[in-house]
Amino acid sequence: MEQDQNHFDEMLLGPDGVRAPYREYQKWFSNEDPSRLIKKSKEAEAFFRRTGITFNVYGQAAAQERLIPFDLIPRIISNREWTRLSKGIEQRVRAINAFLHDVYNRQEILRAGVIPVDLIARNEAFLPQMIGFTPPGNVYTHIVGTDIVRTGENDFFVLEDNARTPSGVSYMLENRETMLQMFPELFSQNKVQPVSNYPKNLRRSLAASAPANCAGKPTVAVLTPGIHNSAYFEHSFLADQMGAELVEGHDLRVVDGHIAMRTTQGYQVIDVLYRRVDDDYLDPLNFRRDSMLGVPGIMDVYRAGNITIANAPGTGIADDKAIYSYMPEIVEFYTGEKAILKNVQTWRCSEPDTLAYVLDNLSELVVKEVHGSGGYGMLVGPAASKKEIARFAAKLKRSPGNYIAQPTLSLSTVPIFVKKGLSPRHVDLRPFVLVSPTGMNITPGGLTRVALKEGSLVVNSSQGGGTKDTWVLED
Amino acid sequence: MLGKTAGGLYWMFRFLERSENTARLVEAGFRIALTRSHDATSEWKSVVTTAGARAGYDEKYDGYSAGSVVDYLLRDPANPSSVISAAEKARTNARMVRTALTTEVWEAVNENWMTLKDALKRPVKETDLPAILGQIRRQSALVRGALHGTMLRNDIFDFAQMGIAVERADNTARIIDVKYFTLLPSASFVGSPLDNVQWETILRSVSAHRSFRWLNEDDMTSATIAEFLILDARFPRSLSFSSRLIEEKLEFLAKDYGQRRPCHDLIDAQREKLRKHTIASIFDEGLHQFITDFIRDNNAIGQQIERDYQFNG
Repeated sequence: MEQDQNHFDEMLLGPDGVRAPYREYQKWFSNEDPSRLIKKSKEAEAFFRRTGITFNVYGQAAAQERLIPFDLIPRIISNREWTRLSKGIEQRVRAINAFLHDVYNRQEILRAGVIPVDLIARNEAFLPQMIGFTPPGNVYTHIVGTDIVRTGENDFFVLEDNARTPSGVSYMLENRETMLQMFPELFSQNKVQPVSNYPKNLRRSLAASAPANCAGKPTVAVLTPGIHNSAYFEHSFLADQMGAELVEGHDLRVVDGHIAMRTTQGYQVIDVLYRRVDDDYLDPLNFRRDSMLGVPGIMDVYRAGNITIANAPGTGIADDKAIYSYMPEIVEFYTGEKAILKNVQTWRCSEPDTLAYVLDNLSELVVKEVHGSGGYGMLVGPAASKKEIARFAAKLKRSPGNYIAQPTLSLSTVPIFVKKGLSPRHVDLRPFVLVSPTGMNITPGGLTRVALKEGSLVVNSSQGGGTKDTWVLED
Repeated sequence: MLGKTAGGLYWMFRFLERSENTARLVEAGFRIALTRSHDATSEWKSVVTTAGARAGYDEKYDGYSAGSVVDYLLRDPANPSSVISAAEKARTNARMVRTALTTEVWEAVNENWMTLKDALKRPVKETDLPAILGQIRRQSALVRGALHGTMLRNDIFDFAQMGIAVERADNTARIIDVKYFTLLPSASFVGSPLDNVQWETILRSVSAHRSFRWLNEDDMTSATIAEFLILDARFPRSLSFSSRLIEEKLEFLAKDYGQRRPCHDLIDAQREKLRKHTIASIFDEGLHQFITDFIRDNNAIGQQIERDYQFNG
């Protein structure tokens, strides 16, 4: 297959070459009976259904709860590769926190002319309510899920920063549990760095971010929009694993200047709220008035320094895809270092010349909404029909400022297990980063998402993607 | 614990108990229909009445045939008390309170729902009915086993158990209420054995035909059966046992939280009433009135628990 030779496959180099991190695994795999693996694969699915690891897909009433398909071939990363990646991620997350504090306070980056004022001033993701306010411990992004793609041996790119409310960490944890149950022998043959400390680290990290005036052991709670939310499983999973309460807006109210939850013994104060509710819905008194998911007055409690909201409201500005295009400059501005991880080349359609170029080359580009996520509302040029391209071009012309374009990257592949054996599929990687005033913690590995359709570049679970267990070796 | 979580636990176990009770009613009805075909229609009618599903059923069907009653009570999603609706609501509540449950309990509830959804996908054929009813009973036994075997004995367990007890008391009382006329010792009945089929239906609807026989041998009078269902503290579905369970759990909560609430007074009054009655005094005062009062008070206790522990704010 000619097409395949253009992709960097992380496991197989050629007809019989195996990349170093996969050597042990490959040995094991070649001795396995495929029918046993097929059986194991079915067992894994039954396990996921029984434990209720499902997600909801919006706009599909019939399939209310679906499983994210799990592939049993792990994605393996060497320690050397990981060391470099994690350094790059740490640098980037440090820069993002500094950037957020700056744009909501002195705005030096605007004064220095590094990024245009309009990009901030006219951005819906910029929250005026955050101006002049510093969150407890000066942390904005307590939890980050940096999306990384690879195109070659040493070519890693950050695709998205996900500084708002990254999801998927529960799959990272459950995928590992599943692998440990199905193939314990693999973990004695390979030295794989553990991921199971994540919930404990998350709890510690959140507790360390409690408001300065919090006396004693901080009370942590997870705020979910409720059981109909697509990521509800993850919300309850994390609350459960942390031993924190899982609350909804209607469980909370302002009591004596604090946020408190309704318990069987009256109202109890919450110090740190890990919210999985968007900014818009967080406080009907300050943002969307029709929101039933938030807590009226929580922003006032927040600004009074009586609760930590993780992540801070207004961090979405760092996820804006037009801001993304300035990320190398942002990293350099705040850290004084060159960015370790590369950015994907990004065309801002708001600029007329650029728009013309993008329109001319739609069939080769990926075009995304600046505020979009989850793979909704994007165009993958090479995979789109002429009709789809024409329709998208019309949308693009109507509101060019709403879009950015990127080259179609030749994403690396990792094989998935199919009836015939191994077959390459495109993957990305979402490592999970925890930030607190006392430091940063990156779980080795993260969530590998895989496009299950042959040749497809879209890995989002809402668009038919699957996941793999991700190993970082100890070597 | 969050008030919402307490409510979710309470209702999760009420619904589980309800689905099991409905299956048991169908099982008893099916048995009678097989052994006494000329009584079948009135028997199915009283099954629907006992399940508290008359209004919805009568709107949909004209008569009381095995097929339509079984379908309505087991698998009709429009019937809020059908086995499948109750299993689904139990699971929805379990998802809501997932953080309060052990993995074993959550998996058992989830599996209960998945198994029943699959088993009740199509109308149930008569030949398959016994197997499916058995499956329903087994699945809920698994949930109960996981609850007892893995959960901490704290307030979480108390709210779960109170859900079971309130639902069960209501169910047994409704069975007695619907059948009270057959239990009434009319002039010709006093001291004489009840019609075999009548007592067997009642006992089977609460899975008590064997335990009753162990305890009472051949003494199958209206008084012994009513006494067994109402006052016998050894029988886990009697009114006495169920209300004792509520009392015990509320006592634990009072100790745990260091505070008594209005619901404690209500359960004390209910217990006192059961303690001072004998079956003779219940028959003297009127069985029907006694049961009607019990159902009303039991509901009031449930509602007071909801208020006192802030299920809904």
